[in-house]
Amino acid sequence: MAAFESLSNRLQNVFSKLRGKGKVTEDDLNEAMREVRLALLEADVNFKVVKDFIAKVKEKALGLDVSKSFTPGMVVIDIVNKELTELMGGTQSKLAKANKPPTVIMMAGLQGAGKTTTSGKLAKLLQKGNHKPLLVACDIYRPAAIKQLQVLGEQINAPVFALGDQTSPVEIARQSLQFAKDNNNDYVIIDTAGRLHIDEALMEELKNIHQIVKPDEVLLVVDAMTGQDAVNVAQSFHEQLVLTGVVLTKLDGDTRGGAALSVKAVTGCPIKFAAMGEKIDSLEPFHPERMASRILGMGDMLSLIEKAQAGIDADQAKEMERKMRTAEFTFDDFLEQMAQVRKLGPLDQIMDMLPGMNKMKGVKDMKIDEKQIGRVEAIVRSMTKDEKQKPELLNHSRRKRVAAGSGTTIVEVNRLIKQFDDMKKMMKQFSSMMGPKGPKGGKKGLKGMLGKNMKFPF
Amino acid sequence: MSFFKKLKESIATKTEAVTNIFKEGLTKTRTAFVEKVEELILRRKKIDEQFYEELEEILIGADVGVNTVMQLIDELRAEVKKRKIEDAADLQPILSEKLIGLMKGDDHSALRMASSGITVILFVGVNGVGKTTTIGKLAHKFKSEGKSVLLAAGDTFRAGAIEQLEVWGQRVGVDVIKQQSGSDPAAVMFDAVQAAKQRGVDVLLCDTAGRLQNKTNLMEELNKIFRVIQRELPDAPHEVLLVLDATTGQNALSQAKLFGEKSGVTGLVLTKLDGTAKGGIVIAIRNELNLPVKLVGLGEKMGDLQQFDSEQFVHALFAGLIQREEEEAQAGQ
Repeated sequence: MAAFESLSNRLQNVFSKLRGKGKVTEDDLNEAMREVRLALLEADVNFKVVKDFIAKVKEKALGLDVSKSFTPGMVVIDIVNKELTELMGGTQSKLAKANKPPTVIMMAGLQGAGKTTTSGKLAKLLQKGNHKPLLVACDIYRPAAIKQLQVLGEQINAPVFALGDQTSPVEIARQSLQFAKDNNNDYVIIDTAGRLHIDEALMEELKNIHQIVKPDEVLLVVDAMTGQDAVNVAQSFHEQLVLTGVVLTKLDGDTRGGAALSVKAVTGCPIKFAAMGEKIDSLEPFHPERMASRILGMGDMLSLIEKAQAGIDADQAKEMERKMRTAEFTFDDFLEQMAQVRKLGPLDQIMDMLPGMNKMKGVKDMKIDEKQIGRVEAIVRSMTKDEKQKPELLNHSRRKRVAAGSGTTIVEVNRLIKQFDDMKKMMKQFSSMMGPKGPKGGKKGLKGMLGKNMKFPF
Repeated sequence: MSFFKKLKESIATKTEAVTNIFKEGLTKTRTAFVEKVEELILRRKKIDEQFYEELEEILIGADVGVNTVMQLIDELRAEVKKRKIEDAADLQPILSEKLIGLMKGDDHSALRMASSGITVILFVGVNGVGKTTTIGKLAHKFKSEGKSVLLAAGDTFRAGAIEQLEVWGQRVGVDVIKQQSGSDPAAVMFDAVQAAKQRGVDVLLCDTAGRLQNKTNLMEELNKIFRVIQRELPDAPHEVLLVLDATTGQNALSQAKLFGEKSGVTGLVLTKLDGTAKGGIVIAIRNELNLPVKLVGLGEKMGDLQQFDSEQFVHALFAGLIQREEEEAQAGQ
C-alpha cells in the first residue's frame, strides 16, 4: 500500500504549525480537512459522499476553539469520528420479523460479493437463535451455485429448497414459501443470482421474485473492498427493490472499507451484518463506531478491548501484573499468559486490530506463526514442575530431555530460555523505572530496550 | 500525424470483431470517465483551482487512486505553467496522452507460453473475483485455437467450487483433475501436473481457492502450490495471473502487492469490466507496481474474455474524441 501515515499523525502535523496561535483560522482548518478528505478517499469512500461529509465536519469544527486543546488534531479527529459513526447509523442489527411466519429474507448483490456464502452464514446465525431457517437456491445461472448452497446447508444442517437450474427463479421462490409453511420453517432465506446492476433482464427477474414473495427483508450484499462504484451499485439496487439492509462481506481483509459509508449514505439503509471470516459462524452484527475508526485507519481498538474483556480473567491479570513487577515470573506464568493471549483469537487478527500496528516497520514482515507458538508451548510443557519454577535448574542434559520430549531441537530450547531470561531482565528494568519516582525519561529507555532485548518468544 | 490518428491506423489492422467487443464492453467506462473529462473541459474554459479539483474528482471516481491522481495533477500543473496554457481545451491532448502513457507501459500482454511442452497457468485472487469463470472462458479460448487443455480443481475449500469448474469443463469439453473437497490443493496440483505430462496436453489451467491477501497461512498455502508445480515442471508455472474484480477499490493495490510476494504474480486479469466499473485501479497498479494486464473480461459470454490490448483499450475509451478529430480533419479538407 501506498505510504499512508495514519490520519492522526497527519492531522498532528497540520496542527503542530499552529502552536502559539490564538485561533485556528479557516485556512488552517481547510488544510486539516484536506487530510481528512484524502484519508477518506484512500479508504474508497465515494468522492461525492466525502464532499458532503467534509462540509458537515467543517461546519462543526469551525465553531470550536480547537487551539486551546493540547492536541487540536485529536479534537478534529474526534469530531470526524463521531460524525462518521453517526452517518453509519445506530447499532441496529436485528432482522425484521413477519407477523405471520415465515419471515422472508431476500439476498441481492453483484457477482462475487458473497451472497451464497452469506446466506449460509445467516442461516447459521438464525439457528443459534433457535430458529428454523430454510435456504432457497434461486441462482440457476452460475454453474454449481445450487450445489454450493446445498453443501452449506448440509454443513449447518439446514434444509435447502432447490428445483434444479431449469425452473425459473420466480417459480422456485413461490414454491419455497409453501414448502416453508408445510415444514414449519420460520425464516426463508432466498439466495439470488449475482448480477450487474445495469443488467435489465436480471434486475427485472429480481423484481418479479420480490413481488411474489413480498420479503420482509431485502439485504444487499456488498463486498467491503468495492471501490467508488459502490454508490452506483447500491443506488440502482435500492431503486429497483427498496432495500431494507446491507451486509458487508470480506471485512476480514485489509481493506479500509469505505464502501460501507458510501452505501449507507446513498441508500440510508442500516448495515445489519458484517462477515468477518471464512468460517460459517463468522457473521457478526455491524458496529458503526468500529467501522468509523477503521475507515480512518485508526485500528479497531474497541473490538480488541471487548475481546480482551471477554477473554481475560481480571484477577489473573492482576496477579500477573504483580509478578511482572516483582520479576517473579516463571515458566508457569509464561504459559498462562500465552493461553490468555490466545483466547483473544488468532494472533494476526489481534495484531491487525491494534492501531498503527500495520504501519509499524518490521511488524508487517513479522510472520505470526501459530505453529511456532504451539512449539513454544510444547517446550514449556516438557519441563518438570521444578524446572518451570526455577528455570536456572535447566542444565544441558535437562535441556536435551526437554528438546526430545517436545519434539524440538536443543537449539530451539536454548533460544526460548534465553528469550525468557531477557524478558525477565526487561521486566525488572521496567518495574524499577515505573517505580515510585514515576516514569521519568521512561519512554526513551523503554524504546531502547524494546529495540535491543524485546523479542517475541514466538 | 496526430496521436489519435496513429492509433486509429494501428487499430484498423486489427479484426473488427475484437474492436467491437472492446468498444461494447467499455461503454460504461467511456461514459463514466472520458466523457466526463470532455464535458469538464467544455464547461470550464479556464484552468483554475476548481478545474483541477473537478478533474481530481473524476479520476478518483474512476478508482484511479489518490496517489496516482495527485501525481498526475501535479504533472499537469507543471505542464500548464511551463507551456503557459490558459485554455482548458489546450490541456486535453496533454491529459489524454498522459493517461494513455499511464495505461500503456511496455506492451507484453500476450500470455507467456512454453516454447515446447506444457504451459501451466496458475490463477490466484481474493474471494469472488471470478477465477473459476475466467478459467472456463480461457479454456474455451485455447480449445478453439486447437490446443488441448486440462483444468486443475485447486479450490478445495469453497462449497461447490469443484462442481463449478466441472460444469465449465463439460461446457468447453475439457477434462478436470480433481480430488475431494477439503483435500490439499497442492496435492491436486501434483496430480494435475502428472496427468498433464502423461496426456501430453498443451495447456494446464490451475484454479485456486479465493483468499484474502492478509491471511498468512492461506498465502503460505499458495506458496506451496507454486513450489509443487515448479518442482514437477521446472519452467512452470509460466504465468501466475492475479484475477482482479474491476469494481475493487484501493484494496486492489494491496492484493497485487501481497499476492505478488507470495506467488510471483506475472500479470493481471481484470474481470467484470462491463459493469459500470471503471477499472481505474489498473492505472494505479501500473503506476505503482508495474504489473501488466494480460486479460480482460468484457461480458458474460464465453468469448468475452479478451487478451488485453492497450491500444484497443485506449481506442475504445477515447472513441468519441477520435471521431471528433476525424470530423474536424475532414472539415478542414
